Amino acid sequence: MAEPIARLDDVSVRFGERVVLQNCSLEVPEGAITCIIGLSGAGKSTILRLLDGLLRPDGGHVYLRENDICHMRESQLIEMRTKIGFAFQFAALFDSMTVGENVSLPLREHTTLSEKEIYDIVMHTLESVGLAHTYDNMPSELSGGMLKRAGFARAVVTNPELVLYDEPTTGVDPIVTHLLTDTIKRLRKQLNATAVVISHDLQSIYMMADYVAMLFEGAIIANGTVEEVRKSNNPIVQQFLQGSEVGPIPL
Amino acid sequence: MAQVLREVEESPTAQAVERVSVGVLASVGRKVSDILEYAGGLTLLMWETVKTIFRLRIRFAETLNQCYLLGYQSLIIVLLTSLFTGMVFSLESAVQAVQYGFGSFVGGIVSYTVVRELGPMLSAVVVAGRACAAIAAELGSMEVTEQIEALKSLGLAPVRFLVVPRLLALMIMLPLLTIFADVIGVYGGQWIAHAQAHIGTQDFMASARQTVGFEDVVKGLFKAIVFAIVIVMIGSYQGLTTKGGAAGVGKSATSAVVTCIILIFILNFIMSYFLYAGA
Ligand SMILES: Nc1ncnc2c1ncn2[C@@H]1O[C@H](COP(=O)(O)OP(=O)(O)OP(=O)(O)O)[C@@H](O)[C@H]1O
Ligand SMILES: [Mg+2]
Repeated sequence: MAEPIARLDDVSVRFGERVVLQNCSLEVPEGAITCIIGLSGAGKSTILRLLDGLLRPDGGHVYLRENDICHMRESQLIEMRTKIGFAFQFAALFDSMTVGENVSLPLREHTTLSEKEIYDIVMHTLESVGLAHTYDNMPSELSGGMLKRAGFARAVVTNPELVLYDEPTTGVDPIVTHLLTDTIKRLRKQLNATAVVISHDLQSIYMMADYVAMLFEGAIIANGTVEEVRKSNNPIVQQFLQGSEVGPIPL
Repeated sequence: MAQVLREVEESPTAQAVERVSVGVLASVGRKVSDILEYAGGLTLLMWETVKTIFRLRIRFAETLNQCYLLGYQSLIIVLLTSLFTGMVFSLESAVQAVQYGFGSFVGGIVSYTVVRELGPMLSAVVVAGRACAAIAAELGSMEVTEQIEALKSLGLAPVRFLVVPRLLALMIMLPLLTIFADVIGVYGGQWIAHAQAHIGTQDFMASARQTVGFEDVVKGLFKAIVFAIVIVMIGSYQGLTTKGGAAGVGKSATSAVVTCIILIFILNFIMSYFLYAGA
């Protein structure tokens, strides 16, 4: 495996009584696409929140490169996050701004580019997710899948070195799924960007993933290349990949 | 003696009393710790806000926009409440005052009360109903739809992005609204004093000018600035700590307004006590 750009070390997360992650460790290799799979409610989104410093773990450490982000001050976290893109599961577009304004916001705030340059970059990014015609629309005028793509565009518009995608292809049609998967792969190729992708869509995972990690009952139970995980002899992994009702996973 | 004591301790009544008092203690303890948590969180938020302002990390366009939304859009209701309060105050006092033969003081009484108390406080309460609820609801719905997290994920601090513009806007606009409230309250009072008790405009204004000094106006405006801080900080804190979907947003907005209005009344008393006690 390549050097990890980010790392969860023995992390635990609880919400009240509910234990979501328990002694969970995960390495995210630099320049690769790591997919996280797992049951609904297993804590996949929680892992992304930890990696972005949006949530502090109850135990353990989260490292970005060699920095322990659990000990960072909020102002340092804010600075750190300018280098990380986050495409949220439910898009989380700012509903008081147009799609164009949403996507240009990080460029306006963190770069000294001219309005014209920003417009060109934003248009280009929107085109790459098939949304160029919605530049002037408000988020409330978009469909669920379109919102998702706009959120995707906002996350990658600054070409961050690490991008966290929370179910980027859930709820979008097969053609757009293809488009998004290609964009993730292209970013990796052109900029050596690292990606962590949560997905339930096994087909697109097989298409793009370098590594796959499976989260089950609070910990990573399988981790490796796509081939390794597919050939894993862990019955839980096999049941999940085959989507079968019979097996060790309690329904 | 010890025997008696033990019997008392073991009696069902004593046990029941103990259970109840433990329950009461626990719930008082929870209340106190809730209040401490609220105060702590609010203090932290204010500290963040002050730091951001002193680093001059201010978004001017958004601040102007908030001046319009929070300030200008409250103008009509502030004017109406102040006008009618000045009028009713004059109505109650003018006729009586004339009967007892000190009609020439009415201008002083009305304007004194309006400038020192009613103007700042009514404006604040009215703006609290609008602005505090609006802030709590807007930030609250951003919180429950992950927009606050999205803001953070883009490397933008919610305090700089959302709280500071609203705070500066209201710190400018609420004193301005208070001046309008003062003026229209006094004029409303004067009009009723004239119409109902035949007190001349000249007399009314002369008495007003004699009683109310420039420093009374300034102290009133100082109150307005404090109220502006209370309104925006309570609204923002409630908004940013919202939990539990749309229902949570509603709860946040309601409790923001209630907390805010209670605080305005308490702080108004405290400030009056210290600002005017000498006078
Ligand atoms: N803020 C919170 N407060 C309380 N519980 C939470 C909170 N956030 C998440 N949880 C709980 O943590 C668990 C994991 O949530 P998470 O969103 O990480 O799941 P997920 O794996 O992303 O699921 P999905 O595939 O459905 O998106 C869930 O059971 C959820 O109820
Ligand atoms: Mg999720």
